[in-house]
Amino acid sequence: MNALKQYIDLFDECRALIEQQSPALLNALREQAREQLETARLPRKGSEDYEATDLEAVFSHDYGVNINRLPFDADPGETFHCDVPNMSTCLYYSSNDAFHSSPTAERNIGQVVVEPFSMAAVDYPELMNAYYGKLARLSDPTVALNTLLVQDGLFIYVPDGVVAERPVQLVNIFNAALDMMVQRRLLIIVGKNAAIKLLACDHTQSPDYHYLNNQVVEIVAMQGSTVDYYDMEESTPLTNRVSSIYVDQHEGSNVLIDGITLINGFTRNNYHVEVNGEHAETQLLGMTIASGEQHVDNHTFISHNAPRCHSNEMFKYVLNDKAVGAFVGKILVKPDCPRVEAYQGNRNLCGAPTAKMYTKPQLEIYTDDVMCSHGSAVGQLDEDALFYMRTRGIGIEEARRLLMQAFVADVIDGVRLDALKDRLHYLVEKRFAGTLSNCASCMAACRKN
Amino acid sequence: MKENEKPEKGNQIIEEAAQAEYKYGFVTDIETEVIPKGLDEDVVRRISALKGEPEWLLEFRLKAYRHWLTLKAPTWGHVHVPEIDFQDISYYAAPRKKTAGEKKEIDPELKKTFDKLGIPLEEQLRLSGMAVDAVMDSVSVKTTYRERLAELGVIFCSMSEAVKDYPDLVRKYLGKVVPYTDNFYAALNSAVFSDGSFVYIPKGVRCPMELSTYFRINAAQTGQFERTLIVADDDAYVSYLEGCTAPMRDENQLHAAIVEIIVEDRAEVKYSTVQNWYPGDKDGKGGIYNLVTKRGLCRGDHSKLSWTQVETGSAITWKYPSCVLKGDHSVGEFYSVALTNNWQEADTGTKMIHLGKNSTSTIVSKGISAGHSQNSYRGMVKIAPKATGCRNFTQCDSLLLSDTSGAHTFPVIEVGNDTSVVEHEATTSKINEDQIFYCNQRGIATEDAVGLIVNGYAKEVMAKLPMEFAVEAQKLLSISLEGSVG
Repeated sequence: MNALKQYIDLFDECRALIEQQSPALLNALREQAREQLETARLPRKGSEDYEATDLEAVFSHDYGVNINRLPFDADPGETFHCDVPNMSTCLYYSSNDAFHSSPTAERNIGQVVVEPFSMAAVDYPELMNAYYGKLARLSDPTVALNTLLVQDGLFIYVPDGVVAERPVQLVNIFNAALDMMVQRRLLIIVGKNAAIKLLACDHTQSPDYHYLNNQVVEIVAMQGSTVDYYDMEESTPLTNRVSSIYVDQHEGSNVLIDGITLINGFTRNNYHVEVNGEHAETQLLGMTIASGEQHVDNHTFISHNAPRCHSNEMFKYVLNDKAVGAFVGKILVKPDCPRVEAYQGNRNLCGAPTAKMYTKPQLEIYTDDVMCSHGSAVGQLDEDALFYMRTRGIGIEEARRLLMQAFVADVIDGVRLDALKDRLHYLVEKRFAGTLSNCASCMAACRKN
Repeated sequence: MKENEKPEKGNQIIEEAAQAEYKYGFVTDIETEVIPKGLDEDVVRRISALKGEPEWLLEFRLKAYRHWLTLKAPTWGHVHVPEIDFQDISYYAAPRKKTAGEKKEIDPELKKTFDKLGIPLEEQLRLSGMAVDAVMDSVSVKTTYRERLAELGVIFCSMSEAVKDYPDLVRKYLGKVVPYTDNFYAALNSAVFSDGSFVYIPKGVRCPMELSTYFRINAAQTGQFERTLIVADDDAYVSYLEGCTAPMRDENQLHAAIVEIIVEDRAEVKYSTVQNWYPGDKDGKGGIYNLVTKRGLCRGDHSKLSWTQVETGSAITWKYPSCVLKGDHSVGEFYSVALTNNWQEADTGTKMIHLGKNSTSTIVSKGISAGHSQNSYRGMVKIAPKATGCRNFTQCDSLLLSDTSGAHTFPVIEVGNDTSVVEHEATTSKINEDQIFYCNQRGIATEDAVGLIVNGYAKEVMAKLPMEFAVEAQKLLSISLEGSVG
C-alpha cells in the first residue's frame, strides 16, 4: 500500500485546476515535489525516528481536498470570539485553509504585514521568491505533499527594526461536513532587529468528521530579531495533524517556540531549527497532556552551525488512559562551532498502565569546546507528595491534579506573555479537571466565560 | 590569545601521542594451520570436520550459513565499515598441533607470546590465582587450572572440548540467547565459529577464582570468530574476564564474536572486558573491526548480570552487551569506558530489556574521544507492559579532547506501563580548563593532569573491574591517551 499514490493521482488529474487557483509562485515548486513523491514512502511504525508513529495509516484515510476553493458558509468570526483576557491581539482566522482577517487586524497596520500568499505574491514578490519553500525540505514526504497540493498560505512579514506592538493571533478552524485534509502553510519573515509574538491555535468545530492538517511553517529570523511562536492544539479525537516547522536563525536572533497539545487525535510535530548565526538563542518548549487514545509525537532537530549559540529544549508529557507519547530530540553541533551551549530535557508522567511513552534524546557533537546535555525520564507522581497532600485533607484526585499541574508549570512559565501564561495555566487546570470542552476553545476561551 | 587557538604545548603533545606505538603489536612466529580463504558450505563442513564435531552442530552451522546468505551487512551504526569481502578471509587458523606422542605442553613460542602480553599462564597463574583460557586466532590453546575447578564441578574449557565432553549442556544452551537469526554477524559467527570458552557453574557454587580468556589474532588475513557461552545455574556466582590484543598489520582484520550468558535463579555473573585490539596507525590504516554480539539472559528470579567494559582498541567497535531481564527482581548492569583516538570509531552501548517484574538496571557509559575519532553511545531501555515496578538509571557522559573528534549519544527509551521509572542523563563537554590550570599550578604537567582527570572521570567504571584488570585498564587508558591534549 502506498497512501501517497492517491494524492499524486489526484494532483495529476486536477493539476490545471489546482494551479489555476494558486499564485504562480506556489506552482513553480510543484513539479519538484511531485518528483520527490514519486519514489518516497510515508514512514511506517518502527522506522527510524517513527518508533511509535504510523504516518502511512494516517494519510491512507480517504479525505476530501477542497481543490475548488469553495467558500464554507460559516463565518468563523461569528462563531469564535477568541480573546485572551487582558491581552489585545490582532486576530486572523483560517477556516480550513482559507484566511480571513478580523477588525482587530487593523491594530498592527503600518507595522506588520499579514496577508494570504495570493496577495503577498503581488505585494512582496521578492520576499516570497526568496524564502518560500527554501527552508522546508522536500525530502520529507509530508512536506512534499504540502508543497504539491497547497493553494494558499499566510505570509507574515515584520520589516527591519519594527517591534510589533500587539501579538498576532491565528485561529485555525476545521469546519466542514465531510472528512477533509488541508495543507496549511505559513511563511514568517522577521527583519533585522524586529520582534513579533505569534499565537496559533488549532480547533475543530465539527467533532464527527475526520480531519487532517498537513502543515508547513517556515520562519526566518534575521539578525537581532526576536520571534515567539506559540502553537496550541486543542481539537477533537478525530482530528489529525502533521506539522513541520522550519526555522532559520541569523546572528543574535532569539526564537522561542512553544508547542502545546491539549486535545487531539493523532499529532506529529517536526521542529527543525538551523542556527546559522553567532550568539543566536533558541528556546524550544513543548507540553502534551494526553488521555483517551491521543497520540502525540514530537520530533526536534536543532543544528548548531555557528559558534557561540545557545539552545534550550524542554518537552513534558502527561499520559493517561491509552495515550501514546513519543519524543525524538536531536542536537547537532557542527565542526568548528566552539562555545555552543545546548541543553535538552524530556520528562514524562505515565499515569495509567496502558499509557506508553517512547523517547529518544540524541546528541551529535563534532566540536570539543561545548556544553551539551540531555536528560530524559519516565516516571509517576511522587507517592510521598501525594501522601503529604492527603494528610492535609486534599482528596487523591485533587492531589494528583495539583501535582500534574505543577509538573507542566515550568513549560508554561517559559511563555513570554503574561496574559497568555495565566490563560494557559487556567486551560491546563481545566484540561486536567476534564472540563475543557472543544467549545471552551482557544488560547482564549471562545464565547467569553 | 584567540579563543580557538590552541596552546603550542598542546600541539606538541598531540604529535607525540600520534606517534605513540601500539604496545602489543608483535607477531608470534608459530606455525599456523590456515584453511584457504573463502566461504561456502564446504568451508563450513571442513571447519566442523577439522574439529570433529557431531552432526547436530554441523547442522546448526549450515542452517546459520544458509540464513546468513539471505542477510545484508547492517549499515545503521555511526561507524564506517567499508564493504568487507567475506570471500577474502580465512575462516580458520589454528596453531599447528604437535604430532602424537609429544608432550602435551604449550608451544614455547606461544608461551612467549602470552608472556609478552603479560598473561599469567602456568606457574604465574598459581600466584595470581586466576584461571585462563587463551584463544589464539581461532583455537583455544590451553585452559589452565582446570583440575582445581573440576573439583567444585565448575566446567571451564574451550568450546571444542565442551562439544566433545559435555555435548548435552552445549546443545541445551548454544544459540538460545543469541540465535543465528539474530543479526548478520551473529549468523556468520554461528556458521564459522572455531572456538571459544565454555563455562558452567553448577547449582550453589561460588567460583573461587576469576575465570579469564585472552583472545589474540595472530595470523594475517584471518578473521576471529570465537564463541563464549557462560551458564550460571541456580545460586551460582562467577566473575569472568576477557582480554583482547592483536599484532600490528596494515590490512584490517575482522573479529565477529558471540558471547552468550545464561543466569538462573539467584545466580550472578560478572563479565569484564578489556578490549585492546590493534586500533590502526595514526592515519587510520589497519586495525581490527570489532563487530560483536554479546547478550545475557537473566532467566531466573533475583538473577544478576553485570557487564563492565573498557574499550580502547579496534579501528571500529560496534557492540552492545545487553541484558534480557526475564526473571522477576533480576538486575542488569552495564559499565563502560570507551576511548577512541586517531581515526578510531566506536558505536557501543547496551540494551536493557525488562520483561520481569521489579527488575532493575543501571547503565553508566563514559566516552572519551580524541584525535579524529568518533565515539557514540547507543542504547535501549525497554520496559514491557507486564514488567511492572521496573527501575532504570542511565548516565552517559562524553569527554571531547580535540575539536576534530565527535561524541554522540543515541538512547532509546520505551516504557509500557505506569509503575516503572526510567531516567536518562547525558552530558558532553571538554575537560574543564580550570581543573587543568589547578593541576598546572601544583606542578603537574598538562599531560599528566589530563591523565588524572580522565582516570577520575572513568573511575566509576574502573571501580567495577576486578583488581587484575583494573590495573591493566588504567595503564591502557594512560597509554591510549598519552598526549591527546587538545
